[in-house]
Amino acid sequence: MIISVASGKGGTGKTTIAVNLALALGNAQVLDCDVEEPNAHLFLHPEIKETRSASVLIPEVEKQRCNFCGHCQRVCAYHAIAVIPPKEQSKGGVLFFPHLCHSCGACAILCPQGAIREIPKEIGTIELGSAGQVQFVHGRLNVGEAMSPPLIRQVKEFVNSTRTVIIDAPPGTSCPVVASVKGSDYTILVTEPTPFGLNDLVLAVEVLKKLQIPFGVVINRSDIGDDKMESYCRESRIPVLMRVPFDREIAELYSNGIPFVLKKPEYSVKFKDMFNMIKEEVAK
Amino acid sequence: MKTLLVISGKGGTGKTVLTGSLAVLVKNKVMVDCDVDAADLHLLLHPDIKERHEFKGGQTAVIDKSLCKQCGRCMSVCRFGAIKPDFVVEPFSCEGCGLCHELCPRGAIRMKENIAGEWFVSQTRYGPFVHAKLGVAEENSGKLVAKIRQVAKELAERNGCDYVIIDGPPGIGCPVIASLSGVDLAIIVTEPTVSGLHDLKRVWETAHQFKVRTQVVINKYDLNLEYTSKVRNFCAQNSVDAVGEIPFSHDITKAVVQGVPPVAFCSNGTTDAIKAIWSRIERSLGHP
Repeated sequence: MIISVASGKGGTGKTTIAVNLALALGNAQVLDCDVEEPNAHLFLHPEIKETRSASVLIPEVEKQRCNFCGHCQRVCAYHAIAVIPPKEQSKGGVLFFPHLCHSCGACAILCPQGAIREIPKEIGTIELGSAGQVQFVHGRLNVGEAMSPPLIRQVKEFVNSTRTVIIDAPPGTSCPVVASVKGSDYTILVTEPTPFGLNDLVLAVEVLKKLQIPFGVVINRSDIGDDKMESYCRESRIPVLMRVPFDREIAELYSNGIPFVLKKPEYSVKFKDMFNMIKEEVAK
Repeated sequence: MKTLLVISGKGGTGKTVLTGSLAVLVKNKVMVDCDVDAADLHLLLHPDIKERHEFKGGQTAVIDKSLCKQCGRCMSVCRFGAIKPDFVVEPFSCEGCGLCHELCPRGAIRMKENIAGEWFVSQTRYGPFVHAKLGVAEENSGKLVAKIRQVAKELAERNGCDYVIIDGPPGIGCPVIASLSGVDLAIIVTEPTVSGLHDLKRVWETAHQFKVRTQVVINKYDLNLEYTSKVRNFCAQNSVDAVGEIPFSHDITKAVVQGVPPVAFCSNGTTDAIKAIWSRIERSLGHP
């Protein structure tokens, strides 16, 4: 079963829930798909056994074959290629803007001269390892790279379907989130009972409805803020899987990179109960 | 005119809390919310929307069933796995490259323009505000960020403003890069936690790579003094100005619940800390 952990708003506790759930279950695999700012390793301290380079394909123009027809520029939907035709004084050239390229291959496949080939360009790394019983995979986007979805998709190729797979997703509601949660059997939305938390939860709920993934909510710091979160979940018939009240000790453990189930074993039971609730929801 | 951007790397460190407070403290500016896929600043500024515009971002392939002979060419060339076995395009997987449209031997695939979101020009009690709403599960957040930044810049120039103040998105990817380009200063809000520090380093490196000057604010600094000193050390080693520290306080949550920028609501400790941060930033920029 694949369970993703997402949120809309950042900093609500996605990584905390993902990591503590994995530790409570033991026989789990954690995939950290927040490749822009991966944090799960800071809490799991995995032993990394393998590092792989992750790349995407980008075009390379063979100058001898290019006749500056401009077809690549016309077919590139992302304006990542500009063709400068030769003039009396200058030789002409093809400009490429890598941060706009989606690696769709259109320029290379459609070039009438066959003058474009695709070459790999590294966008990040994927690290594989384990922390005790928990298997661990994460992606790290190289600083300065714009596109995280291709790296997220490559991290997800390491899904171990013999285990409970827990995907730590990035915040937000756009393409990196979709790339992370797509294909999940269930999504846990972690939120906090504040107007920011609720505003962003409503958006995240719309994403999951669109993707047709069943979901439930974990309310973190459940005793701060107001009661609008509870009434929203009740009225929208969204199951509340768990409530974690604000606890300065949990906040301090978090700040030092210590998963709180290790110090508060009563939560281990709660996480297992939550997992059973999710199993029942998925079976429905 | 100076453009200031508030970013954080890690989400939930207090970007909007700080930006909302700057809306109160800074005079003669345009506010912008560039966290277009989970925008929250409007919950503190209560905008009165004056202009509403559609944002067209990219295209999606649509297969005409009556022309399609199910040859499978589209499926074999699509790099995004967007064409399902029943020859229907899954819209949230399609990235709109148009390769299937170009190669379909029957001409059965057309490209349809997406309405990927909306953007607004609003009035607030703190001045003009430009914001947006990306459609859920949409892409092109970077393009929408660039669009509203352009609109805000023109508005600020027309009104003779001294500042454009941008609430940025979390992370280091596409919308952050679009938010960073050409700003005068990026204020990084972090927290004294293992992840706050880790994410600060990556977002600082990103800003550094794009040659943007940075300053750091440590929010909830008293939650973990050991990490606060690690953040200060990081700043010192990299010649980044640490312009202030905000104490942990439940008042900030209360202000957000009331829908009021914290600087206008909280007890003295928090308010004074935020005011001191702005005066340091203002001084560091020289007078506008």
